Formats: sequence, C-alpha cells, structure tokens
Amino acid sequence: MKIKHEIFEKNSMILLIATLVVVSIGGLIEIAPLFYLENTIEKVQGMRPYTPLELAGRHIYIREGCYGCHSQMIRSTRDEVERYGHYSLAAESMYDHPFQWGSTRTGPDLARVGEKYSDEWHREHLIDPRSIVPESIMPGYPFLATTDLKFKDIGRDLRANQMVGVPYTDDQVENAYADLKAQLDEFSDDYDAFIERYPTAKVRDYDGNPTRITEMDALIAYMQMLGTLVDFDLYQADEYER
Amino acid sequence: MDDQNYLPHVSGSSKAMVIMALGLGAILMLIVAGQTSTSAMQVHAFIMIAAFLIGILLIANMGFNTNGRIEAEKSPAGVYYNDRIIKVGVIASVFWGIVGFLVGDVIAWQLSFPGLNFDLPWTNFGRLRPLHTSAVIFAFGGTVLLTTSFYAVQRTCKARLFGEIAPWFVFWGYQLFIVLAASGYVLGITQSKEYAEPEWYVDIWLTIVWVVYLIVFLGTLWRRKEPHIYVANWFYLAFIVTIAMLHVVNNLSVPVALVESRSYSLFSGVQSALTQWWYGHNAVGFFLTAGFLAIMYYYMPKRAERPVYSYRLSIVHFWSLIFLYIWAGPHHLHYTALPDWAQNLGMTFSIMLWMPSWGGMINGLMTLSGAWDKLRSDPVLRMMVWSLAFYGMSTFEGPLMSIKAVNGLSHYTDWTIGHVHSGALGWVGFISFSALYCLVPWLWKKKSLYSLKLVNWHLWISTTGIVLYIFSMWVAGVVKGLMWRAYDSLGFLEYSFVESVVVMHWPYIFRAIGGLLYLSGALIMAYNLWKTVNDGVEEESQTTANQAIA
Repeated sequence: MKIKHEIFEKNSMILLIATLVVVSIGGLIEIAPLFYLENTIEKVQGMRPYTPLELAGRHIYIREGCYGCHSQMIRSTRDEVERYGHYSLAAESMYDHPFQWGSTRTGPDLARVGEKYSDEWHREHLIDPRSIVPESIMPGYPFLATTDLKFKDIGRDLRANQMVGVPYTDDQVENAYADLKAQLDEFSDDYDAFIERYPTAKVRDYDGNPTRITEMDALIAYMQMLGTLVDFDLYQADEYER
Repeated sequence: MDDQNYLPHVSGSSKAMVIMALGLGAILMLIVAGQTSTSAMQVHAFIMIAAFLIGILLIANMGFNTNGRIEAEKSPAGVYYNDRIIKVGVIASVFWGIVGFLVGDVIAWQLSFPGLNFDLPWTNFGRLRPLHTSAVIFAFGGTVLLTTSFYAVQRTCKARLFGEIAPWFVFWGYQLFIVLAASGYVLGITQSKEYAEPEWYVDIWLTIVWVVYLIVFLGTLWRRKEPHIYVANWFYLAFIVTIAMLHVVNNLSVPVALVESRSYSLFSGVQSALTQWWYGHNAVGFFLTAGFLAIMYYYMPKRAERPVYSYRLSIVHFWSLIFLYIWAGPHHLHYTALPDWAQNLGMTFSIMLWMPSWGGMINGLMTLSGAWDKLRSDPVLRMMVWSLAFYGMSTFEGPLMSIKAVNGLSHYTDWTIGHVHSGALGWVGFISFSALYCLVPWLWKKKSLYSLKLVNWHLWISTTGIVLYIFSMWVAGVVKGLMWRAYDSLGFLEYSFVESVVVMHWPYIFRAIGGLLYLSGALIMAYNLWKTVNDGVEEESQTTANQAIA
C-alpha cells in the first residue's frame, strides 16, 4: 500500500497525530522497560531512605545547584573505580526523586564522598574552599553555617516521598521532626527511637556548633552518608550482566 | 480571494472570560502568598499577582474605544496580519539574548576567578548556571521561536493569527514563565533537572501557555487558503507537540503542599535519569533543532529568493529526524548504572541521527543553488550559511561523542560544554540573528538594514568568539579526560583531581573572552536593529507590495 504524503500535508490533525506517534516510539521502547525489567535495579543489602536530616541536606545540595559541577555517578571504568571507589549501582539512587547523577565534573564526583573526610574538613571547605584546597575554583558557602535550617514541616517532605514510592513507614513520617533533631545529639531523649527507625544512621553534631541547627549541619550529614550504605561484600556483580 | 471573512475584532464575552480566569488566578496566588512557609514562594506569588493584574488591564483595554475592533493594517495581499506581536517579540528576543549571553559570560569568568562568586547565595555559580541556560535556551531561543513561528505561519497561510487575546496570552504568559524560572533559581527554587529546573507550579503554568500556543498555531493553519501545509510549519508543529509531551512527562511530580514550591519527581534513580535525558536531549532535538530548522525552511528561501532545494528531501528529513532524535537520550548515560542494552540502543540511534541532520543541512545549503553570488553581497545570508556550517559540524561531533569509546573520554569534561556551544552559538544563535535581521526591515517597512557592514562585523566578531570558545573547550576537555585516566609507571593514577582543575585555568579564560566577543556581536546587532527602526530608509509602497506576498 502506498501512502501519499499529501495526506499529512493537507490535514493538520493527521500530521499532528502522526508526529506524536512517531516521536513516542523511541521513548516507549527505551524507558518503559526500565520500570518492569527486574534486573534494572540490583538487589543489595543496606539501602535505606534518607533520614530527615539527610533529606534536608539534600534540599540544600539541590538548591545551591551542586549537581551543576559535581556528578554522583561513578562509571564502570578502571580509573574511575580506582579514583572514587566501586562503580555506582542503580540501587544506590533508587530513593532519589529525582536522581543527582549530574552531567559534568568541574569538581570531583561525590557519589562516595561519605566518610572520606572529617566533618571539620567539610565545614572549613564549604566556608572557604581555598583554605583547604588552594587551587580549588569552588564558590564559598559561608552562609550555610550561619543560616538556621528550616525544618518545621519536614514531615510533609517524607510524606510526599512516601507518595512517590519511597518506603518510609508512617512512624518515620510522623516523627520526622523529632528524628531530625535527634540525629544531631546523641544524648537526646529521642536518640533510641531514632536509631530504631534508622539503624545505620550516624548521630553527631555535624557543624561543630551544638547550639544551633544550621543548613551546614544538614548538608554535611547528607554528604557524609553518600555512597556508604550498600554492603559490597554481599554484592554479586556477575548476577547483573545487563 | 479577499479577506472580508476576517476583520480583527475581540468580543466582550471572551474578554470577560479571560479576565475572570486571570482574576481567579490572582486570588489563588493571594492565598498562596498568605499560606506558604517560604519567602521565595511568596515572592513568586506576588510576581504572579502583579502579572495577572497587568494582564487584566491590558485585556480590558483591547478594542475598548473601538467597539471591539482591533487596529491592524491591511497588507497588499488583503490580509490583516497581526504584526504588532511580532514586533514586540523581536524586541524581547534581542533583550533576552543579551541577558542570556551576559550571564553566561559572568559565570565563565567565575570559573577562572572563583572570587567572583562573592560567596553569596544569589551570586554563586550553582544558582547562576541554570539562570544562564534557561535565559539562552528558553528566554532567547523560546521567544525567537514564538516570534518567528507567529510570523511564518501567518505568511505561509496568508491568514491573520488565530485569536486576538490568545496570541498575546501565549507571548506574555511565556515571558511570565521566564521571569518565574529565572527568579526562582536565584532565590533557590529548583527541582535540579537540567534544562527543566522550574518547579511544579511553573511547569503547570507553562503547560497552559503551551496548549494555547498549539491552539493558536493550529487555528492559524486552519485558516490557510493553500491546501498544503508548508514544510516550515511541519517543523514548528513537531516542535510544539513534542515539547509538550516531553515537558509534561518529565515534570510529573508530587508537591509537598499546594502552597509550597518543593516537589518530588514521580521517578527515581535510573528511571529518573533516563526520563530526564530523554527530555534533555530532545530539548536539543525539538526545541533547539526542529524549531530552528523551521526558521531555516522559511527565512532562508525568503532571503535567498529561491525555493527550498528538494521537496522530497524535506519529507525524508522531517520524518527521519523526528523519529531518530527521540532515541538518543541514553548517550548521556554511558557506562553509568543505566542497563547496557539501553546505552547501546541510544548510541546506535545517535549515530544514525547524523544522516537526517546532514540531510537537512544539505537541503538548506543547496537552496542557494543559483544564488551563491548573494553570499558576497548579503551578510545576512552569509550568516545563515555560517549557521548551517556550524549545524553540520556539531551534528557530526554529536554522533562521534555518542560512541561509547569516545564518550568514555569526553563525558563529564568540558568537551561536552564546547560541543553544546558550537551548536548553540553557531547554529541556534546565528540562524536566530539572521531571522531577526530579516524581520526588522520587513516589519518596520524599511528598505534595508541600517548597516550591512555592521552585520558583517557582528558575524566575524561572534565567529571569532565561537572559535575561541570551542577550541579552548576541546583542549580543556581532552586534557582533562586524559589526565583522569593517566597512569604512572608504577600503575597508580598519575594525577589528583585538583591537578586537572589547575590546567583548566587558561582554557577557561579563553572561553570567557570568546563569550565576551559573542556578546559584543549581539550588542552590535542590537544597535544596528535599533538604528534600522529609527533611522532606516522607508520602503516605497511598490516594494512593500512585493514583500508582502509570502
């Protein structure tokens, strides 16, 4: 059967619908299977949703546009693995709405920056990058240390995450506010309940200023957990030849 | 056929309906301003209230003293074209271009001299970078596309733009989108998806504007007197509908509350990544390519006074380009946690994409067959040919960089930045400038531009800027990529990361100088267009008649 191209040229609606069909095919074939092919996301031990404090830190990371210069995706090449650590797994960003893989490295990859440096290092580096790394071209973020974190409504953030599929329990959602504070103070009354809800979370005052809860606290808490969750001793790479 | 069937007018009831909708919007925003917990969202609510109120005044004033009649000049072809909106669009395009280039150059200098970040929230690179990308892509590029499409669709259909309020709603609604996006980044409102940073409520606003845009465009097509839809309009139409699809799907999200700015994307991790780059690469494919190819297909034949080289090639070009482009997204995710099958599929289609891209370039260039001599006398046409040359170059480089082995080196480096800019500055920029150079004398009825010599200066200064830009980024990118994977004789990585940063210093300075030259070119254009409007020689009515026949 021969279709005359005239049909498309003379009927705007046929042209429109045909265009829509033609541009839909690629996306449907490439993206849709990612939602149901089981080996897309590896089964790993250790992944958990962000604690309220880490989530608040991620908001700061996003707000300041850190993804514009830092990737969070270690590629599976020899030099990357030697420089940054085990290549990133899909499972490691499965609770990231949206992903923070980034597209450029004006600065180094941060996928496994967690626990690589001390809190104090991060604090000084964020306030004045060149005081730690003289050649750095990163902007300074001194205002983070002096800005109080707004987290009154952090429970709503966990609730919204729950709605898009992050497995927060209702218990975690309801206690988000108390949990955020508890992660900064190991002597608080809420410590035990917090550790029960987030067994692998690290509790300490991240910005070195116990009198205030600042944006610096949240951002460092977020960065210090990046890439630290998955237990790679239990990970079988050859099961995920895709 | 005369055009007695359509005299521009606006009815009281349609005015009342739109005014009521805008008034409702203003009241909603007042509630948001009162309820929200962040001052940034409050600022946005107030911006929207102000915009809606101005909109109400402007609409109320339409045809107020003329019993609904809208003032419009009858063209020699007998059509009351809506040229006022094109004029405003031309001015806005020039304005946004200069703003976008300026912010781009500022952040380029920041990368060489980090002190220029001033360590303030509102001036750091992280917040200004999306301001630059959105200003050049959506503010400049988008306004150029709206403007040129509104002109071309009227001329090719020999009909007035559909609707009286609707086109203005599209234009000013889009400008409001730009202001909300830009102010949002500086205030810290972003969803962190590159080229899709605006948050959910701004996305909804853009969706409304975009649907009306589609209606205006289709409505004008339906008024055409020629049975065939001209090829430029296929590309404009594909641009409009595909961007709608990409925008809606990629921005699906759940807001934390109806009065708050923050939302969480429906997709996470690897699905979120591929959806985003399916969007991101086709923002290139359908916004920055299909839309501007439409400009090529209308303005280039008009300027050269030659028909499009091959009608058949246009058809092949159109369908193959739109089919293949959509698959190319995964090449942004090589060697990542995206499954290999998707990476390979993306690479394959990206390489195939080379063919339709060059097919389109050839169709454009060969349109000059028999008119090559005009390149000597007409610098605007020369600029169009330049833009196609850059298009050809970057659409060759793109498939090359999508090959996994090449991408392993180029990805995450400044090579990518250079690649984008050879396309953006060379292709998108130059084809846009040349369309503006065409439009100003046509719209303001001048014999010609104020100075063709200045067009030539613009062309050469900007080209020098682009060459500096892409060469410095090639050097920067390749050196950086090689340093990251260099091993010493003992088998250890040879360089620390920061050593690769140090090497970037001079390439970044040359890039910033290149950007400054490009900006200077745009300022020369602004001056030239300004002088054309104010001091240009009036066109005689005889030639006006010839011009108006599309």
